[in-house]
Amino acid sequence: MNLPPDLKDQFPLLSQVINDHQIVYLDSAASSQKPDSVIEAMNSYYRTINANVHRGAYEIAAQATEAMEASRTQIGKFIGANSANEIVFTKNATESFNLVARSWGGQNLSEGDAVLITDMEHHANIVPWQILQAEQGFEIRWIPLTPDGLLDLTQLDQLLDGVKMVSITAMSNVLGTLNPVRAITDRAHDAGALVTVDASQYVPHVPTNVNDLGADLMCFTGHKMCGPTGIGVLWGREEILESMPPFLGGGEMILDVRKDGFTSNELPHKFEAGTPPIAEIIGLGAAVGFLESLGMAEIRQHEISLTEYALKALGDRYGDDLTIHGPKEASQRGGVLSIQYRDVHPHDLSQVLDQKGICIRAGHHCAKPLMRELGVGATARASLYLYNDESDIDALVNSLELAGEMFAL
Amino acid sequence: MPGLEDLYKEIILDHYRNPRNRGELESPPAHRTEGFNPLCGDEVTITFELKDDSLAEFRIAGQGCSISQASASMMSAAVQGKSIKEVRDLTREFKSMMSIHEESIDSEEPNSASTATFELGDLEALKGVVKFPVRIKCATLSWNTLLTGLDELEA
Repeated sequence: MNLPPDLKDQFPLLSQVINDHQIVYLDSAASSQKPDSVIEAMNSYYRTINANVHRGAYEIAAQATEAMEASRTQIGKFIGANSANEIVFTKNATESFNLVARSWGGQNLSEGDAVLITDMEHHANIVPWQILQAEQGFEIRWIPLTPDGLLDLTQLDQLLDGVKMVSITAMSNVLGTLNPVRAITDRAHDAGALVTVDASQYVPHVPTNVNDLGADLMCFTGHKMCGPTGIGVLWGREEILESMPPFLGGGEMILDVRKDGFTSNELPHKFEAGTPPIAEIIGLGAAVGFLESLGMAEIRQHEISLTEYALKALGDRYGDDLTIHGPKEASQRGGVLSIQYRDVHPHDLSQVLDQKGICIRAGHHCAKPLMRELGVGATARASLYLYNDESDIDALVNSLELAGEMFAL
Repeated sequence: MPGLEDLYKEIILDHYRNPRNRGELESPPAHRTEGFNPLCGDEVTITFELKDDSLAEFRIAGQGCSISQASASMMSAAVQGKSIKEVRDLTREFKSMMSIHEESIDSEEPNSASTATFELGDLEALKGVVKFPVRIKCATLSWNTLLTGLDELEA
């Protein structure tokens, strides 16, 4: 079954005209657009049941609490969680990683230990470990890449020796590479390590089941999956979350506070200090409902087809003048296309495309260690989602030439 | 809507394609400073030698977009041989043209270079960058790096 052809109609932003052109949005790896149903769910919360959660005994407070917890359950089911208690709401994936590093890492890592990450990680899965490393003195190791932009797992056994935590992305936000998470989690577990998965680029695009991935902890964010900004998720196996100390302290995360100390609340509230982003949680629930109504398998299939179309169209038109970083096969990658066109700098390329209403990303994509491995300062990245179609790819392909004419050295 | 011709003037593209004073001086004796634009990954490395309080030798290296590289090239031509004070004044003038000064918060229009005490010359071509606010950091990267280098020397 295919996605409905008129999907763009459900995204009000996509009908906008930018710089005299109908907008062509190709930056969903940075943030996705929002369908009417998500915007409406959040508006409806504010218009009808806005009240703080988990306290008031009155009707709308109860309804707000119920709506928020219904979202938690829905999001849990969406990723195959074993219980809603395994879904911790954070501000974004970055906060989820900071929670894991500070709470789990703070308790478990010291000199002589090691954390294993990869050369294709986003800064969100690098810097929190580095901050902790400066205080606690463990080692950070990196899984290298093959020339095709896949993880080079030939030395994995040696790399895993002495590792307590493996923290890897399921899909690169620069290369589009889909990593063999299950194979890595199995080997990590054999070596006695836990595994945290960065699923920020994965959950929005690929059917996801945490048990199939074999993960212990998983971080992702709402705004890349048709949800609002300001809401992220940390999923964790219950016994691991139970073993971790609180991250932020304050209201909501306690059972009792005395002058001589406090008792933490139960999961998941133990990790949710302060009034949560209620509207955003409800919005993310609506986004999950929207994705489920389309079908994640259908979304993935749509993106494979569109990625194949884009790889072929770009290759046919520009040949050796254009390089696309990462795997060559659409089945091995998501719809993230980091392109180098002749010697046009990515910033200039995106500026020229902007004149045609085409939104692509230029920069290091919060992956500077990867940029250094690739030997570039920046890339121009076009990224696809469920609402993109072949006309968007055609617009991209046709506009690149303009940039070449202006900037070729 | 500002057009691309406002941004990419011919002289800018010329400096981009044929950058002046490109390279690195041996350091030491030259002073060396690196600058980064954390938003887009642009990098510049500035090396210079002072003689009698003036920038006797000046080179600039790095990678970046046409705006950052052209601005760096134009800057290198403008500051070569100038005294530290002149360089600081010119930098202030340039950043003011990029609408980076406290007064700009209140005024609708950025201060024009007409108040300049310095002839900006070729640098005037970069004025169009102001219409593309996300590119201002590209244009000012090399200037800020030079200021950092001067501050380091005088510290």
